Amino acid sequence: MTRNIILPVSREEVRKISAGDKILLTGIIYTARDAAHKRMIENKDNKGIDFPFEIEGSAIYFAGPAPAKPGRVIGSVGPTTSGRMDAHSPRLIKEGNLIMIGKGERNNTVVDAMVKYGAVYLAAPGGAGALMAQKVKSCKLCAYEDLGAEAVYELYVEEMPLIAVIDSAGRNLYDEVKKDL
Amino acid sequence: MREISSDIITETVRDLCIKANCVINDDIKNRLCESAAKETSETAREILGMLCENAEIAKSENVPICQDTGMAIIFIKIGQDVHVTGSFIEDAVNEGVRQGYTEGYLRKSVVADPILRGNTGDNTPAVIHYEIVKGDKIEITVAPKGFGSENMSKVFMLKPSDGIEGIKNAVIKTVCEAGSNPCPPIVIGIGIGGDFEKAAILAKKALLRETSSSSEIPHIKKLEEELLQLVNKTGIGAGGLGGDITAFGVNIETYPTHIAGMPLAVNISCHVTRHETAVI
Ligand code: SF4
Repeated sequence: MTRNIILPVSREEVRKISAGDKILLTGIIYTARDAAHKRMIENKDNKGIDFPFEIEGSAIYFAGPAPAKPGRVIGSVGPTTSGRMDAHSPRLIKEGNLIMIGKGERNNTVVDAMVKYGAVYLAAPGGAGALMAQKVKSCKLCAYEDLGAEAVYELYVEEMPLIAVIDSAGRNLYDEVKKDL
Repeated sequence: MREISSDIITETVRDLCIKANCVINDDIKNRLCESAAKETSETAREILGMLCENAEIAKSENVPICQDTGMAIIFIKIGQDVHVTGSFIEDAVNEGVRQGYTEGYLRKSVVADPILRGNTGDNTPAVIHYEIVKGDKIEITVAPKGFGSENMSKVFMLKPSDGIEGIKNAVIKTVCEAGSNPCPPIVIGIGIGGDFEKAAILAKKALLRETSSSSEIPHIKKLEEELLQLVNKTGIGAGGLGGDITAFGVNIETYPTHIAGMPLAVNISCHVTRHETAVI
């Protein structure tokens, strides 16, 4: 089924999302790739610096945009390979992160954390950066400017087209495809 | 001896970087759109439809097809009767990459040191493969390569006794392990023979061929066709969510090799397989 999800969203709402659902996501999401994940967690643990955005109930988009052309909100901004965030995601889920957006498989540790805390993993069509950019209505730098494309950006997206791949019960569409191999 | 100014090389590389990243080539475009029509899985069909729309948006708005505008992989064929004037050819090429990635608003994805990882800020240096050929021209191909798919590539040092079955198994294993990561539908470049690095370069070169092209060597053409069928039978499909079309093409390049070996390189590329060529 197709679900219109408007952020912020409650944990109960997120639990209703099933693997295979098409999602149209509207609201505020934050970009973060490996370097930003690493820094967020190191800052928190070693320096006592809080996360750069409200982690409770957050939606994180694993993406690093191309630079915006003059007069545009953002450059192309499709998903990056989520597996590179596997080492960090369980921690962020524990802290309250509810929705992850990316492409490609996740490991069992991530799925276990998702089931335990009720998070979901949504896939964006890999490589559709120009299309995704059209769904981004505003973009502002949130943290770590020095990381360039890998900085954390706050995006307001409207009806971003996604597919729920792993739900909070641990059902995993990628695994179902792979089982047949 | 024909003289070619290094400035022309810089301009050519700059333009090729921008064009390759923003305008999908007809070969891939046709594949995307025809797949969107014939795929039987509904989810995969929808993804293919989005990818087709994405390519159209990129072209009409002159923005990158994908945000990962890659590391610039550049093949240069230099006629032996050419004399490059002005600056050193390598500097001229990298200056072209710098200008293309900056002026074209392409993402800078290169780090200076693989361990320390500071971004170079202008996507240089490129990976450059030079080849000396006959004649008095320079042919430049820019093939930006994203790492979602590059990271899924593999080199196997197969034994001669592994034979054709060994090759098929290794390719299928690579594709299955890659799954959804390299943004399927993928294009598969394969190099067989030579030594360790020759196989890898052949695999990358194979990606420069059109997906509908075939090897001129009859038994290799047959292998290309068989592998494409096997890859599509995996059912990985567009986006890795299941479907009939996992790959648009399998291109194989071969080279003589040593009596004791059969190197095999499998270079996975995505549905944004980019390459543009110009002759100076
Ligand atoms: S694998 Fe290709 S389509 Fe996917 S993000 Fe990388 S460059 Fe883009």
